[in-house]
Amino acid sequence: MKKSHLFVMAIIAVAAAIILSTTADASVYVGFGEARQRAAEGNATKVHVVGKLLRDGQQRPIDLEYDPMTDPNYFAFTLVDTLQVAQRVVYNNPKPQDFDASEQVVITGNMRGKVFMADKILLKCPSKYVKKDLDGATASVK
Amino acid sequence: MNLLIGNIGHLSVIVAFAAALVAAYSYFQATRGRALGDDDTTWLRVARGAFFVHGLAVFTVIGCLFNIIQAHRYEYYYAWSHSSNHLPVEYMISCFWEGQEGSFLLWIFWHVVLGLFIMRFNRKWEAPVMAVFSGVQLFLVSMILGIVLGDVKIGSSPFILLRDFLTDLPVFKLNPDFVPKDGTGLNALLQNYWMVIHPPTLFLGFALTLVPFAFAIAGLWKRELTSWVKPALPWTLIGGGVLGIGVVMGAYWAYETLNFGGYWNWDPVENAVYIPWLVLVASLHGMVLWQKRRTGLRTSFALVIATFVLILYATFLTRSGVLGNASVHSFTDLGLSGQLFIYMAVFSVLAIALLVYRWKEIPISEKELTLYNPELWVFVGATVLCLGAFQVLFTTSIPVYNSFMGLIGIKTNVALPADQIAHYSKAQLWMGVSVALLSGLAQIMWWQRNDKTTLVNSLTAPTLLTLLGTALVMLLVRYNGLTITPAYVMLTLAGLFGVLANFGTIFTLLRRGVRLSGGAVAHLGVALMLLGILASSGYSNIISRNVSGLIYSREFDESLNRDNVLLWRNETTKMQGYDLTYTGQFFDVPGVPGYVDKQFLFRTDDEYKALARAPIVAGGKTYYKTGDTVEILPENTYYRINYKERETGKEFSLYPRAQVNDEMGEGGLLASPAVKQFWTHDIYSHVSSVLDPRKEKQWSEEKDHVLAVGDTIFLNDYFAVFRAIEPAHETAGLNLQKGDLALQADMIVHGEKRQYHVHPVFVVRNRLVGRVPDEVDDLGVRLSLTNIDPTAGKFTFAVSTTQKDYVILKAMEKPFINLLWSGTLLMTFGFGLSVWQRGRKGGSPAVADAPASARAERPQPVS
Repeated sequence: MKKSHLFVMAIIAVAAAIILSTTADASVYVGFGEARQRAAEGNATKVHVVGKLLRDGQQRPIDLEYDPMTDPNYFAFTLVDTLQVAQRVVYNNPKPQDFDASEQVVITGNMRGKVFMADKILLKCPSKYVKKDLDGATASVK
Repeated sequence: MNLLIGNIGHLSVIVAFAAALVAAYSYFQATRGRALGDDDTTWLRVARGAFFVHGLAVFTVIGCLFNIIQAHRYEYYYAWSHSSNHLPVEYMISCFWEGQEGSFLLWIFWHVVLGLFIMRFNRKWEAPVMAVFSGVQLFLVSMILGIVLGDVKIGSSPFILLRDFLTDLPVFKLNPDFVPKDGTGLNALLQNYWMVIHPPTLFLGFALTLVPFAFAIAGLWKRELTSWVKPALPWTLIGGGVLGIGVVMGAYWAYETLNFGGYWNWDPVENAVYIPWLVLVASLHGMVLWQKRRTGLRTSFALVIATFVLILYATFLTRSGVLGNASVHSFTDLGLSGQLFIYMAVFSVLAIALLVYRWKEIPISEKELTLYNPELWVFVGATVLCLGAFQVLFTTSIPVYNSFMGLIGIKTNVALPADQIAHYSKAQLWMGVSVALLSGLAQIMWWQRNDKTTLVNSLTAPTLLTLLGTALVMLLVRYNGLTITPAYVMLTLAGLFGVLANFGTIFTLLRRGVRLSGGAVAHLGVALMLLGILASSGYSNIISRNVSGLIYSREFDESLNRDNVLLWRNETTKMQGYDLTYTGQFFDVPGVPGYVDKQFLFRTDDEYKALARAPIVAGGKTYYKTGDTVEILPENTYYRINYKERETGKEFSLYPRAQVNDEMGEGGLLASPAVKQFWTHDIYSHVSSVLDPRKEKQWSEEKDHVLAVGDTIFLNDYFAVFRAIEPAHETAGLNLQKGDLALQADMIVHGEKRQYHVHPVFVVRNRLVGRVPDEVDDLGVRLSLTNIDPTAGKFTFAVSTTQKDYVILKAMEKPFINLLWSGTLLMTFGFGLSVWQRGRKGGSPAVADAPASARAERPQPVS
């Protein structure tokens, strides 16, 4: 066997290892139902959940718990996933500043007991363009 | 309302498009069926003319768009949505490329500039290369064309009018000529000097990848399978340097502006540029191998084409909206995904097809490489870079797989790895290890004749020193109470070897000419960068970790990372070797160095103007007197944090800022860090949460106190003395008229740090009483003088208090981050040296600078 063949085989092996490791590391988008099921089975892998916040009549989010004077690293909220399952989520960081306005929230983490422990929160805010249409132009009309 | 400038602009876009079409076709005709350099002069003349027209039209488009932004022509959507009246001039440049259309224009602009260079300096290759250039320009200009054919919209024009974009807005039904008074402004995060120079650098890097690609295509097309490398190589070199510095500039901007706590976040938008850069550098090595040692031509072809295809893929990823919620900062979707896909597909398919068609004709080296050939190690290094790029590419594309499966009707729910840093690091770390080791080894071998003895001789010193250095580093790490994993040991070892071996090479090359050392300098820079990344990211230390010992009874009893700490205003908190005190809110006042305390400024109805309540002094110079109108920049509030190092007693202040950002919705506040740089480490801090500066303060119910001069009271727990009653002198903003009576009380409040004079004012005008309360932000106290009883000598004060001010802070230490930045500069300098070296020899034979030993060994070209 020529050396170049060995080299090509080594490359293929590394590439295959990369693909395998990515497949193993890749997370999934699930609902809270499945997240709970995974936790019940002892599967502690982290998942992505997409959801919305509970809001009152004036579109203000309700059920948020953040009291920096007691603990600046504790933020809890209730998220309703796309299948309308509600779940208490705990985030051990300060409350993201633009949290209240977010249209959609993507969280990463896993279930720990009764709560979902999030270690990342990604906010989808109302599109810049839509927002500007309403606010910016009317403000400058005044 | 100025419709003319937009019409000129839009017309110029169409002219640029048509001219690119003519240029592409004419250049194609000029060289079709002819040998390289033997062009049809008639077609060539037409083609050149067309490209000049194209260039002129592009410059006109840029001029028009810039005028629209600079003259605040808010009748145009682009100006209205990206700029505003109060934007400093330098950031108007950033407005230009904040939008997709402007950034396409920037890219188009660089292609025109590079095209003109090639027309001037590469006459022989002009026709086929420029045919490719013009073809690319055709597609790029189509992205900003903004015309509608039937139901199909082609491109998104930057010259669209606001009324044509927001057709539903009621104001346009009343008055079609309505022009807003102000724009909605540039994204606050982009108001940073790096955003003025980072995008042009990056797009110049993007544009530079087209040059070697066009040469490679021309080479394949004209069957000049070997000679394209020489004219293309300097461009690849420049591209590698420019794109590399562009990527690091972006990282530095993120470090300074965003608050994820570092310089690299593995965001798809970052990855999209990182991937082609790695492959570009690999292709550079392939081309050098061919140019100097006549091997690796097929690799060069494949990698040069792959680089450009990856640039197209990066464009598609970041601009088509396919990333969806996987990224926080890709461009908004303009509905161009179809056009972008066609652009990517056309050039990928044509280039790959052409390469496959000619593959068998591409000469290969007959010689089997042995372990003593540096070529082998360079080749292995290039392969490692490609594998590293492949890992990032494969993972970053996960959202694309979902979209693709969705397209063919299968629903998938794969997401990016939950811990992206761990996922990427575990492969990129080993890529770094290999690159550092191989670069050191190959640089040493490249410049000498290699056999067992010479190799052992030249490797012994750097290897021993490396082992010694690594042992020392391990001891130091342990001594500082930290741990070091085997992988980190390997990276330290490799990094040190890379530094020492390349340093040795530079040293030996000094005798043969500094110019030759470009490669070694660049590799030395890369090795330093790796060490810098290892130290600053691997040993990033959170200073603000909660050490209060308080355990909050919550759902978990286990200890969790609590990385943020609450700092009350003017109360000192102890944290890991530092005493931290938050000492107030500040504004940036143009013209005054540093920042100005908000307590010295009396806000007016005009957000951008305030009245000075006390002389504003900086560095001994008085900039404003009491009562002067001060121009302020109200968007950013700076929170002063005093750091005192307990061991040395040294003090410094950091001003992390938070800015109001309406684009993010109501409560949108964006925090940006402040960084204090030392030789050995950076101290990095950002506020994670603050009391919203825009919200009205919630004052407690007023409590009345009746006092006589000389009495003392407690205000919000602070001891205070009512010192005197006097004619009001701080009447700025009161508009006092003749006959008005104004009195003020002088109350001295003893705060933690200093005393405050509080001056509530009592005004009598036409027998009507007015009261102007005074407040102390530092203490959260507001005082008004509500009543005066002259006969009894009693004064009634109404006192209310508010939430005491605080910030929630995250502070980190980044050891040896300067190695990363200085390594980057060295790397760029190395690229520059190599370009100089190649530019210098100009007409002299290509082999003039190759070492004698290499010349003897060089295999002859096959063709």
